[in-house]
Parts: sequence; structure tokens; C-alpha cells
Amino acid sequence: MTDKYHVPVKITPPRFQPIGKYSIIEFREDCAGSCKKCVKKNCIYNNFSYNRKHISDMKEPEYLYTCSGCFRCVQECTKGIFSRVINPEYRTLGDDYWRADIILKLWYQAHTGNIPVSGSGYGGPFIGEGFDSVWTDMSEIVRPTRDGIHGREYINTCFELSERFKGLSFNDNMTLAKKPRKILEVPLPLLLNLPKNLIINKYTILAAAKAASILKTFLLIDSKNYTPNLSKYKNNLIPCLKTDELKKYKNLIVTSKAVLIEYTNTQDIIRTVSCIRSLSRNKTVIIKVPLNTNADKIASELADEDVDTIYFYADDHGKELNTKNPLFLKDIIRKIHNRLVADLTRQNINLIFSGGIAMAEHVAKAIIFGADAAVADIPTMIAMECRFCKECQKGYSCPVKLDEEFDSDWGAARIANLFGAWHGQLLEVMGAMGIREARRLRGEIGRSIRFENLEKDIFEPIFKRHSEQL
Amino acid sequence: MTKQDKINLPKIVETPSRFKNPISKYIIRRNSKCISCGLCAKLCSYGVHIRYDNYAKTIRPNEHKCIGFKCKTNNFFCIDNCPQNALTLKENPALETLGDYRWTPEMLIAHWEMAKTGSLPIVDLEYSLGNSGGGFDKIRFKIPEKQNYVNIADNLIDTSVSLNKSEDNRIKKVISIPCYGGGMSFGSTALSVLIGRAKAAKALNTLTCTGEGGYPEEFLPYKDHVITQVATGLFGVREDTILNAPVVEFKYAQGAKPGLGGHLLGDKVTKEVAELRETVVGRSLFSPFPFHSVYSVEDHKKHVDWIKEINPSCLVSVKVSTPIDVEMVAIGSYYAGAHIIHIDGSYGGTGAAPDIAKKNIAMPIEYAIPKVHRFLTAEGVRDKITVIASGGIRNALDVAKAIALGADGVVIGTAELVALDCIRCSNCERGRGCARGIATTDIELRDMIEEEYAMRRITNMYMAWRKQWSELLRTYGLKSIKELVGRTDLLVHLDYLDQKEKSKYKPAPNFKMIR
Repeated sequence: MTDKYHVPVKITPPRFQPIGKYSIIEFREDCAGSCKKCVKKNCIYNNFSYNRKHISDMKEPEYLYTCSGCFRCVQECTKGIFSRVINPEYRTLGDDYWRADIILKLWYQAHTGNIPVSGSGYGGPFIGEGFDSVWTDMSEIVRPTRDGIHGREYINTCFELSERFKGLSFNDNMTLAKKPRKILEVPLPLLLNLPKNLIINKYTILAAAKAASILKTFLLIDSKNYTPNLSKYKNNLIPCLKTDELKKYKNLIVTSKAVLIEYTNTQDIIRTVSCIRSLSRNKTVIIKVPLNTNADKIASELADEDVDTIYFYADDHGKELNTKNPLFLKDIIRKIHNRLVADLTRQNINLIFSGGIAMAEHVAKAIIFGADAAVADIPTMIAMECRFCKECQKGYSCPVKLDEEFDSDWGAARIANLFGAWHGQLLEVMGAMGIREARRLRGEIGRSIRFENLEKDIFEPIFKRHSEQL
Repeated sequence: MTKQDKINLPKIVETPSRFKNPISKYIIRRNSKCISCGLCAKLCSYGVHIRYDNYAKTIRPNEHKCIGFKCKTNNFFCIDNCPQNALTLKENPALETLGDYRWTPEMLIAHWEMAKTGSLPIVDLEYSLGNSGGGFDKIRFKIPEKQNYVNIADNLIDTSVSLNKSEDNRIKKVISIPCYGGGMSFGSTALSVLIGRAKAAKALNTLTCTGEGGYPEEFLPYKDHVITQVATGLFGVREDTILNAPVVEFKYAQGAKPGLGGHLLGDKVTKEVAELRETVVGRSLFSPFPFHSVYSVEDHKKHVDWIKEINPSCLVSVKVSTPIDVEMVAIGSYYAGAHIIHIDGSYGGTGAAPDIAKKNIAMPIEYAIPKVHRFLTAEGVRDKITVIASGGIRNALDVAKAIALGADGVVIGTAELVALDCIRCSNCERGRGCARGIATTDIELRDMIEEEYAMRRITNMYMAWRKQWSELLRTYGLKSIKELVGRTDLLVHLDYLDQKEKSKYKPAPNFKMIR
């Protein structure tokens, strides 16, 4: 029996003070100065303990980064001089898709390796766009394990990157007609990638490569960034090359378990794949395809060829590339999956997707819509404290010094923590859905509840009828 | 109706917040130009400005009583009347940091006010609609026709719900308001809060629920109003705790974390909690999911029979969450012999749940209620079982909407805690998380609330809600909340109206919040 998959997590604090949401400000002109009942001494979270000297110090108001937002100091100050504000830095954190609260939660997971657990009900909007327009279903009775969160290691999150094995065929003398290729199994439906437009240097690459080896998954790496010091992690790296670079990176192809080839055109890809097979028959070949309006056509073509996996990448916000009315990732996944199902070729190939995968729930939902696995890019950087401020793109220095040398073990531990926590969350939703295998979840749309369907089935018969009467 | 039909309502006792500085919608600042002439105190009829005869200094205004800019039309508007121009009025900027899409800052403040006074707030606060942009927040009661209005007093309007609709010989339990308290366990919530809730349940003639953490003996004086919950952890489930209860609730799942068992993190497992649950101090408790002994409806029936056998008079409630086939679960529960099917929607409250579960698993209650109601009606059994809804039902109008969608009554959890000054900061899972002394077992924080205070505040909030229900029923010519059940014809949904019709209704709140 092989080992159960387990991600070792350990608390790995950030190197810089993270950006918190709340700040407490004081209107000190009214402060009694030497009040014996100062609420700062009573903060149950000890937030003021670091700057207790401020209690009598009349300098400018301080911002607190770990305020839990209980309002006690605001409500109990004898003079009522406190108020709460949103930390101005928090307002500028992230963007519309990579919201500040998502980044903060990713930091928390990278720090602790824990699944975010909190009290009180969900406080967000009723429904949102993209992945937020879908709920996952649950089952009252069917369970993969009957032990709640215990025994969840029996839930399998593996997927395969290698050839889809379609069964054995035999010669007349009952010898194997074709020897199956080696299976390349990944225990987590998630590959890592460093986004091109953020900081890619030897330190971030080393940290991500180490993290991939801890997580037993793969880091997608540009072949030109593949330095000799990474060879230790060769079993967890997938080099990415262009179709005309085979000769140049021949050694890399031979030593790696899989290679990623950038799509040019289908004929060129067929040629390239056959070259790679002649070099190394067992090699897993992944084709990297931009997720534009042609993607389903390309998928359909490649599924007929000797390609093992297609990796589609959308933009940072999970939108289709090069079109005025882009679809969102979940809808494109569905479109491609359905096309291959209609072609009867979905079983020939693995599909992995990136772009807009920001939370663990996105991985589960992408799989429900038809992906085999997802690729996490920006979260890999955020795990290393990246603030997604994009200062690096403007040529400025990084506020959390990822552009300088840092301890790669620290970075690796943070990344492993984050995706370890994602793995835990996958088990939570899969357990609730009554699904024991990530592979069984693929395209299992019946395990989702879609907003538009609920409206149509439940609200339309009630409210449409009434609105007609009005 | 005769005089005897008058309903005895509990007394409202004004119960101010435990905290010195109430959070208000408006803030009034008085600058150093003030000469303490006392004119503002003389003028303001809302009691914002105070001045005592023998005390000449200024006192901080009661800002939470201020009605804000709409006071400008009054000739006593303090800002314009101040001879020194020393007063300024503005909206409280801290509101931006308060609340969330479901419980907006105004809804929180309004509920604190209701819990204090037992009446609906005078300040212009939107307490019936949240900012979630869907579900209850887009559903409205249809504009009533004036001739339907019945002019009867609040205490003649019937808001009771009968919990036993079957024809068996068990107690015919009737609760006087269409709500009862949701399960909160000893361990997740301070004991004084739990007892305060039980006292309020007694005063209001309704119920509260033990949750899955066992049955503290402090509940015994109120045992006729306390539901014993049998959850998958089976903590404190004994013959005597089953015998105590008028209603026994099977908790199969919880809306906030469907498919997962109860969570009580280690910090909260104090000596007392561990003793009651027969577990180890400081060790996190994750209950299994679901019952190890239930694989089918037949197994479930065995459970129900077992409870019925032990306690020959109690009613049985079955609490489930809202998967896509929730109506099948409901009908299964009916045939297994349940008196109450309690469906808990996905946006419900919790003491601790993974964020991924709270947001993503199962469907909101707004869809589940009509689904279950319709199916049970089609099966011809709707009038033989009580349907109770919960999970994201925040205010009096949400309750009424849930009933009009097809529920008989609802279960309230979060709103009861909001009445006790909960601010929804989501820190309840930690040992020293709840700075407000509500969801805590911490040795220092748990004593922040007195039982009497909790009882008064919760009673007050429900009495304010009752005023809203009474007015609503009057406008449609109804005398009993039972007549509202399933009346979807009285509801409209903004998304299904044309522009002209839509413009007659209050638009759905839609402001950007910092998440």
C-alpha cells in the first residue's frame, strides 16, 4: 500500500507586517491623558500591547494591523474618542477580481496551513459572477467516509497527466500489442506556475520548485529559467518549450517526467510530439494553448492526436483572451468539455486550466465543470507575501523584497501551507458532496447547483405568474 | 373576537446596551465654540442633547437617537439653532467598517435599538432589506389594496404556530410567535446567554434549543421551552434529557456547513464544556457526519421511533440542510414520523465553520422553502407536517417572506445574538474571540452578560418584530399568521417585474462594501 497523501504544514510567519483590514483611530484632543480605565489596556486581543507607549503619547494616530474588529474600544472609551476606519492600504490591495479579502485569506493560509474557519454566517453577496454563481451540492446520506473530518484521507484527490489508458490490446499469440506508457499521477489536482508578469527570479523559482516537491506536484517552468541548481527537483518540474527548441533542450526533455510545448498550429504540434516520443517514448506531453475563442476547436483537434494533456490559460481574471465579449473560465471549461464529450474524445485527453484560480473552491468548481485539474499561478506568488501591487511591472522595487535574495525554504513552506490548506478544503467540499475521488467529480455537473437553474425551476413559476397578473 | 381571545404579550422593559458608547448612524460633534447655553437640550425632542439642572457642563450627545438630516425641516434642528454654530452633524464614517452584505450596518443598529426599546426605530434605518442583491433582499410584499386593511389591535392578531399537525396523541405544542431559537451548544455560547434565551423563550411562549453540546442543568426550570438536540456527536444525549424535552430535534446537517459535523475548536473546550461533553479539555471536537447509524430513510425512522419510545409525549423535529433534492429528504422525514421538518439554508449562522462551506455548499433557504412546500402539497401531506425554515433569516420581514413562501415558522439564531450586541465580527470560533461576551466560554468573557439582560433584549426584539408582523397582516386583511403560509401571491420579486411595476417598490440596496 502506498503512503496516504498528506501535506506537512508548519506555521511560517510573514517577513513583513501584512496589511490588515481595520484600523482604530483616536481623536486625541478629547483624551483625558491619564485615564485609569483606558480601553487600550483591556483589548482582549492585546492589539495595543506593542504600542502601549502611545497611551500617553500624543503623536499621530497609529494604525493597527491585527484589529479583529470587535468595536469594544470604540464603544467603551470613557470619552468616546475612538473610531474605526478601513486601513487605507487595504483599500488599494488587489483589484476587482483578486479582492483584498481573498489576498488576506491566502496569506492566512500560507502563514498557518490551516483551512480558514470562522464564526457567524456567510456575509457576502447572495450571488456573484463567474464561480460565485454556482453552489456545490451536498448529500444528506451518501458519504465517502462516515467520520466527518476524520478519516478523510480516504478521499482521493489524484489526477493523471499522462496518457489516458484506453485498455490493453493483444496480438494473436496473446502478447501485448502495445505496452502502455508510464502513468504520471499527481496527488493534488493542482499544478504550480509563476505568473509571467510578476517576479520570476532564481529565488522565487527555487522556492516554488521546493514547494512542488513537498506537495508532490509539478511546477511549470520556462526552459530558459531551468538552471542546474534545480536539477535536484527535476521530478517536480515540467519545462516549457517552443516547438523549435527540441534540439536545444534535448537533455531537459529526457530528464523530465513531462514536457510542456507551446501551441503553434496542430500540424506543427503533431510533428513535435512524434519527435519527443522518438526521444523518449514514456514522456508525458502537455500542450499549452491560449484560452481564446478557438480553444474548443484546438482541443477537439488535439484530442484525436497523441497528446496526453492540454493546458489552457486564460487571463488573470479568468477571462477568454483576445475577444471583446470574453467568456468566464467556468463557461469555457464547460464548452470545451462538452465539445470533447460530443466528439467522444473526452476520454482521450486530460484538460488543465489556469487563470482566475484564486481560491480552493475554484479548483473544485473547475473540476465540476469539466477540468481534470487547475494550475495556480498568482496564488503561488501571494503565498510568498506578494501584494499583487504590480509595482514590479513598472520597474519599481518589490515592497516585500521578493526581488532580492530570500530563504527559499521559507517561501516553499508558505506555498506548501497554502496549497495544503486548499487540499483540506477540497476534502471538505468533496466529502460534503459524497464524492470519494477527484476523478469522479470531473464534469459531474449534477454535484453543482446553478443560480440560473434555481431561478428557472423555483422562482420563475412563482414570480413570473404573478408579474403577469399585475 | 372576544376579550378572552386577547393574547398576553410579555412586558417590554427598556434595556440599554451594555456598552457605554452606542454605535449610531449619525454623529454630532460639538466644538470648542460651545458656550454651554443649553439651548440644544431644550429644543431637541428626541432626547439627543441632555442637560441636567444642576450641572452646567456639556454632556456628549446621545447620537444614536438623532434622526439625522431629515430633522433639518424641523424648527428645532439643533445644528441651525445653535447660536455659536458649534454643532456639526454627519453620517458616522465608522459605518463603513460595520456589518456585511447580509447584515448591513443599518440592520445591525436597528436591531440593537429594537432590543433596547421593544419598538421599531425612529431613526431612518433600513432594517428589513440587506445589501446581498438576491433572495429576500429582492423579494417584496406586494403593494396592498387599501380596502383590505383590517383595523384590529396587535394583541388580537394571532402569530402562533402549531408544531404538531399530525393526528397522533402527542402534545399539541403551540408557540406564540412564528419563531423559535436555533440550536446553540454549551461550549459555543456562554451559559448566561443560553439561559437568557431560554428565559426569553418562556416569556414569549416559544422554544429554544440546546444545540449539540449537552443539556446543562440550568435549563431545567425552563425545560418546557427547551428542545433537546440529538446531533451526530451525541453529546449529552441521555434518557433524562430526552424525557425533559417537549420537542427533540435530530440535527442531520447544518446550513452553514452542510455535509460536515459540528465544529468546536480546542480553545473553547474548557473544563466545564469537556465535563458535560465527556471529552478532553482543549481538544477540538469535530462531530462526524452524518449519523453513523443512518444510511437510509428506514434507518432514520428507527431513530425517530427510538426517541418516541423513550418519550411518549414529545414531538420530533428533523433538521436538515438544503441539497438540491431537499424535498425528497422532507417527504422521507414525514413518512419516518417526524412532526417538524426543519430546513436550514446555506447562508445560516454558525459558531465555527470552514469559510468554503459557508459560502459554497447547498442552496439558500429562499429556494428550498417553496421547493419543499410545493412538493409536500403535491404529495397531499403538507397539512400534516410543520415546515420550519432557517438559515439567513435576519429580520421580521424575512420571517414573513419565508412564511409566505411556504414555511409555517422559522428558527432564529443570529438575530437573537445581535439583540445581545453581537457585531458579526466572525471571531466566534476562537476561545477568546468574542469580545462581546456572547459566543465564548472564556473564564473572563463569559460573565459579561447577565441572564436577565439577555432575556429582556431578546424579548424586546421579538416584540418589535411582532409589531411589524401585525401591521403586515392588517394590510392584507389577515388576522392570523397561519393565513400567510404559502401566500406567494402576496410576494413580488424585483427581477420579474417590468420597469414600471418595479419603480413602485423600494429598490434593492446596492452599495459597494469593502469586504
